[in-house]
Amino acid sequence: MKVSIKVNGKQYEADIEPRLLLVHFLRDQLNMTGTKVGCDTSQCGSCTVHLDGKALKSCTYLAVMADGSSVTTIEGLGGSGLHPMQESFWEKHGLQCGFCTPGMIMATTAYLQHHPQPTEEDIRQHLEGNICRCTGYQNIVAAVKSAAEKMAGGD
Amino acid sequence: MTTRIFGSGIKRREDPRLITGRATYSDDIRLPGMLHMVVVRSELAHARLVKVDTSRAAALPGVVAVFTGHDVAMNTPCAWLIPDSGLKVPPHPVLATDRVRYVGDGIAIVLAETRYLAEDAAGAIHVEYEELPAVVNPEEATRDGAPQLFDDVPHNIAFRWIMNPNPEGLKQAFDSADLVIKERIVQQRLLPTAMEPRACAAQWNAGTQELTIWVTSQNPHIHRFILSGMTGVPEHKLRIIAPEVGGGFGSKIPVYPDEALAGWAAMQLNRPVRWSETRSENYITTIHGRDHVEYVEMALKNDGTVLALKGTVYAGMGAYISTAGPGIPTILHGLMYSGAYNIAHVYCESIGALTNTTPTDAYRGAGRPEATFLVERLMEKAANALNMDPVAFRRKNLLPKFENHTVATGLIYDSGDYEPALQKALAAVDYDSFRREQAAAREQGRYLGIGVTTYTEICGLGPSQVAGAIGFQGGLWESAIIRVSPAGKVQALMGISPHGQGEETTFAQLISEELGFPVEDIEIVHGDTNMTPMGWGTYGSRTTPVAGAALVKAARKMKEKAKAMAAHLLEAAVEDIDYDDGKFFVKGSPDKFKSIQEITLMATLAWSLPPGMDPGMEESQFYDPPNFVYPFGTHIAIVEVDPQTGQVTLKRYVAVDDCGPQINPLIVSGQIHGGIVQGVAQALFEGVVYDDHGQLLTGSMMDYTLPRADMFPTFELDHTVTPSPHHPIGIKGVGETGTIASTPTVYNAVMDALRPFNLDDIPMPLTPARVWAAIHGHSNGH
Repeated sequence: MKVSIKVNGKQYEADIEPRLLLVHFLRDQLNMTGTKVGCDTSQCGSCTVHLDGKALKSCTYLAVMADGSSVTTIEGLGGSGLHPMQESFWEKHGLQCGFCTPGMIMATTAYLQHHPQPTEEDIRQHLEGNICRCTGYQNIVAAVKSAAEKMAGGD
Repeated sequence: MTTRIFGSGIKRREDPRLITGRATYSDDIRLPGMLHMVVVRSELAHARLVKVDTSRAAALPGVVAVFTGHDVAMNTPCAWLIPDSGLKVPPHPVLATDRVRYVGDGIAIVLAETRYLAEDAAGAIHVEYEELPAVVNPEEATRDGAPQLFDDVPHNIAFRWIMNPNPEGLKQAFDSADLVIKERIVQQRLLPTAMEPRACAAQWNAGTQELTIWVTSQNPHIHRFILSGMTGVPEHKLRIIAPEVGGGFGSKIPVYPDEALAGWAAMQLNRPVRWSETRSENYITTIHGRDHVEYVEMALKNDGTVLALKGTVYAGMGAYISTAGPGIPTILHGLMYSGAYNIAHVYCESIGALTNTTPTDAYRGAGRPEATFLVERLMEKAANALNMDPVAFRRKNLLPKFENHTVATGLIYDSGDYEPALQKALAAVDYDSFRREQAAAREQGRYLGIGVTTYTEICGLGPSQVAGAIGFQGGLWESAIIRVSPAGKVQALMGISPHGQGEETTFAQLISEELGFPVEDIEIVHGDTNMTPMGWGTYGSRTTPVAGAALVKAARKMKEKAKAMAAHLLEAAVEDIDYDDGKFFVKGSPDKFKSIQEITLMATLAWSLPPGMDPGMEESQFYDPPNFVYPFGTHIAIVEVDPQTGQVTLKRYVAVDDCGPQINPLIVSGQIHGGIVQGVAQALFEGVVYDDHGQLLTGSMMDYTLPRADMFPTFELDHTVTPSPHHPIGIKGVGETGTIASTPTVYNAVMDALRPFNLDDIPMPLTPARVWAAIHGHSNGH
């Protein structure tokens, strides 16, 4: 099937199998390997991208369903610099092996759009769709809190 | 003196590529003409293979090749051959030919142009089985009449290891005891679950006859060592690259059939091959951890003196013996039976049982969490039996401050000062007022509990002479080469390869501290066997203690050379040269200095060198540690149990750890946070379940409870600093302490909360269902 999908601001036309998952379209056809696959049951959230501005687990979404849509991946999040969330993950040591990190950053940036001033408890609850095995979450929570403060200050 | 870079919590230097999606993990390798490999795996836990029909698969479009065990004859070896244990290592072919022994055992591989086509073809392979009875429990596997996995391994006993340093003393201790506490402990199986599933990419160069394998490895040099033997490609023609590695926790130590098969297939087909496991595949084929059934006893005097401790362990090894499998329930377990206490007599018998399950191997802590759990559980039960406060009871038996103390198992603990950490932790929770609060809460029908663990652990593995004596088929030294370019930019080539622990930062801090190069000018090169000197890998909390020591010693060698060069340039005697923060100068004249960069340039140009000096600025150092290191500390958990639902809430968690001087406190705290969560998860959430036929019922993240952010409070961390006396900079490991200490801490806290119910021990994990059933007098179904 022919699809036209905008990824990180650039339009891509492709002829793909209907069964191709969005995450494999990104990783294997566009060679954008920043988006990760950590499970096969939509639990871990490593594959989270933004589809038309909303967080989406790209491992359980067919690429053909994204036809006509705009996708942002971790590679396109910060533009030419770093997004405040990326900065905060760095500053607060919110990552170790880094594998869950793209998904964490994509999920939490989308979250802050609608919840600009979350409490620590809010953040912990929201992170239920993303699994990290290294950090014990504490510094991820701190990073999200810090990013929220930065983003509020910047408005 | 400027602010020291050692001890500074600087941001990690590896992070920019990780937070922008520009890091390259094994499954991100893209090579022209790359084929995808899929492994067809056994659906049954124990069966004879009657027929494997690959004809339909081979005929599918896009399929390049299908191979079975009749095409490839490679065996996956074991590399930890415990002496005097009667160890039997049955052959573990990379693909089964006649019999499968666990769900996940490889049967065939398919190579196709795309991932999807390879999976289609795998599904078209028809396997005919003749099912055999299976056994999954390690204790049951050793009984008469249990299904046998291998004809030449009677009773499925792969080894029987006995640690009995003083049989007479042990007997006397138990004979003279006022009280003996006995318990059966089940250390449930766990899934390591590194977020990155295993993956590899292989490329054969027919011209140079070189094979390159990118693989998710904690120890690329061990991978080269073993894969060379498996594939027949000599080591100088085999290049192993561990690129970015997305967590390991022990599960990426072993060499698995899959990476050998990918390399072999790349050679057969003369095309690059990639393979990555799905998460479900990870859960059935990547090693599991723990899986002990333990019978343990502690002998006591009525005054609270612990006399002796003994344990008999049935350790599930899975269907085949994994790379380091036999070392986990033996050496890394039994030798820690006296914990942080003065226990004069210890005994451990460890029986390695083969079962129709996924092989087990090192999982974070590897043997030491199991030992610490049984010691701490028995301490708690003993205190309760004697009506003593558990903290007072521990204090009575805790080792007093020491250096180089020999314990009952024969280990020489390097240093310890346990009381200050205990005091700090008790003060943080205000232990005495908590006990009052607990009593008051019980009056209101609320069940609060506290668990206090005073632990120590063995890590920083270890002297190579010991490695040889305990049957480890390798050395345990490390190496570093510091190489400075003419312009003063530094590459440190390391034999180890971290995978999230942050040594690209902490090692740069070590070099900067010793030589004054700014950290921005230092690159830590690791993971590629063609670029790095030999090393034995990241596990056993050894990377910083062992490889860090190699690096510091290399840097100090370089400093001596730089001093001699500075003396030459300043026309002074070497003895008169002083150093501060990258500058060398004549004592008393700090303004007339030569920077490390200037010195490097002049040493590299070599236009004028002092007599006897060789050109260049490069130093190499091997380091074999004289002893292990023994970090320690006190962890305290406060929990509340809801008797109506069985729900356990972790309300507070305090960790006071001592890993010696901290190079980067930010990174140390991250290691501890992550470790605590993994250990707490064993106590409360995680547990593998097999059915009687050997089917893994917890085969996906939907069925296996992984810890999530909302299950935890904010941890409260503190530390003490007791340097290791034998280490160049006194540091100890910290990668596993959190996991080792937290399981018994939380478990004991829950059982403390439940003391009014006078319950027998509840098997882990302490799920609401199990806790509720115990409170309400129902069977735990265990």
